[in-house]
Amino acid sequence: MSVQTEGTDTAGQPAVRKARVPAPRGEDRTPAPSARRGGAAPYLLLLPALLATLVLLGWPLVKNGMLSFQNLNPRQLIQHLTEWNGVDNYQEVLTGSDFWHVVERSVVFTAANVVLIMVLGTLVGLLLARLGRKMRLTLLLGLVLAWAMPVIAATTVYQWLFAQRFGVVNWVLDKAGWHSMADYNWFGSQFSTFSVITLLIVWQSIPFVAINLYAATTTIPRELYEAASLDGAGAWKSFTSVTFPFLRPFLYATTFLEVIWVFKAFPQIFALNEGGPDHLTETLPIYAFVEGVGNQHFGVGAAISFLTILVLLVITSYYLRMVLKQEEDEL
Amino acid sequence: MKRSVFGRIWPNATALVLFVGFAFPVYWMFATAFKPTGDIISENPVWVPTDVTFGHFTKAVHADHFWTLVANSVTVTVSAVLMSLVIALFAAFALARLRFRGRRGFIVTFMLAQMAPWEVMVIAIYMLVRDNDMLDSLVPLTVFYAVMVLPLTILTLRGYVAAVPKELEESAMVDGCTRTQAFVRVIFPLLAPGLMATSLFGFITAWNEFPLVLILNKDIEKQTLPLWLSQFQTAFGDDWGATMAASSLFALPILILFIFLQRKAVSGLTDGAVKG
Repeated sequence: MSVQTEGTDTAGQPAVRKARVPAPRGEDRTPAPSARRGGAAPYLLLLPALLATLVLLGWPLVKNGMLSFQNLNPRQLIQHLTEWNGVDNYQEVLTGSDFWHVVERSVVFTAANVVLIMVLGTLVGLLLARLGRKMRLTLLLGLVLAWAMPVIAATTVYQWLFAQRFGVVNWVLDKAGWHSMADYNWFGSQFSTFSVITLLIVWQSIPFVAINLYAATTTIPRELYEAASLDGAGAWKSFTSVTFPFLRPFLYATTFLEVIWVFKAFPQIFALNEGGPDHLTETLPIYAFVEGVGNQHFGVGAAISFLTILVLLVITSYYLRMVLKQEEDEL
Repeated sequence: MKRSVFGRIWPNATALVLFVGFAFPVYWMFATAFKPTGDIISENPVWVPTDVTFGHFTKAVHADHFWTLVANSVTVTVSAVLMSLVIALFAAFALARLRFRGRRGFIVTFMLAQMAPWEVMVIAIYMLVRDNDMLDSLVPLTVFYAVMVLPLTILTLRGYVAAVPKELEESAMVDGCTRTQAFVRVIFPLLAPGLMATSLFGFITAWNEFPLVLILNKDIEKQTLPLWLSQFQTAFGDDWGATMAASSLFALPILILFIFLQRKAVSGLTDGAVKG
């Protein structure tokens, strides 16, 4: 929920595009002195933002790297000792089996969530484009409610929906004939806990994909469909030859965004069951937190964090490369 | 295009089912909050609260420290959003309007910063804050939240600044305004919807933030609402009515802001405010 650039951008985009004055690139038509190439003004204007980012984002990143090479347990923490221990933390993490289990779990969890979000989100988005006005507004309202719901409030509600006693989900399953579910403890096993977490994340993420995809379909020129149908294309053919190619860049970019968001999802998993039962739903960010803060092995936790950041950096750089290619001329 | 009866019915039917699926958890939160406890813990769910009670809200509001936490959340969120708006406005103006060496590099930097994995950096932030003796304080929370929302604020505002026609600014300058005056008198008023839309997302991020306050502030007097809410159910021993009332109180400002402000901000853009 933290980064919705596409959400705000796409919504306002058509207007923005229309209103934008085609200014010649590179050279400014305005003779204003401050618009001159190479003046100090732009850098001064950017200075506060750069300083803030450097100090409050850059410094913790560097600090994280440094901590990961230190032996930092409660004793060192309390006495403010700095004990360097080389790559010991990494060795401990990378040779243990726990870490690789968590990596495997994180990858499967992310993949499952992203596939569900993208497939269902796309279907809902295409459905939105097909609906009449009234029904579309109704569905949009439902989507916006799910989207806007604060994560921790949503987590609490899901705990209640899936509560063992008096939870409405168990009641429905029981009435539907699955009587063994009447008093089912959803937070008692790994798979069922992950199911609830996945449902929660997918429920909150579909609106972003669906609404933006719907907004994107409205920008597809009608003539393309007319041309396709003149060429004898059916509904499926016009989807694969017009709609899909048009949406492809959007779908790629959104998939990457969702991968990044799901991979680093923290509050949903932690607030729902704290990575339980028995550490079995810990993904990398939760694992780093539980090891580092919960078990007070701050150095080891920092090493896990650093490895997680590396993974995210690789994913993010792929995403950025794609976005930059798309927006080449806009920048 | 003619469609069969079936072809017309299934999209609507699917949409209705989906609407119920998406809206139900939100509905159930409010419904539970208004139901007397007898209706909450009943063998068969009471779907519509017929017997409305405000008891759960009273209980949630009278929970220890509730108003302190509200004040903390509001202070931190509003200050963080304002701080990042001011900083971002300068940067967005430079990135949207001025041409200079390294401009593209700055944009990429902010795009990268926007993806920063704050959730994974909490250990390092904890150490930094502790080394500066700032644990259990609202100041680190505020500045970190401001930087969390800063990149998105800059990138979004850049789009809004670019959308204000250059001619407006130029004609103001022809009329004798300096560039700064042109910005303050012409661009800034037209940016209002943009500022609103941008602050909406910043507001949501800061209001919801959980991992950082979880690790930094152990003193209940210095915590914020998300942390309180995540522990509410445990603290109140499965009192679902009060828990849902607390959730409703926490979610309501965001739901209202989101539904109204987003539409307003977007329609403000399309309704000709910036068409000059």
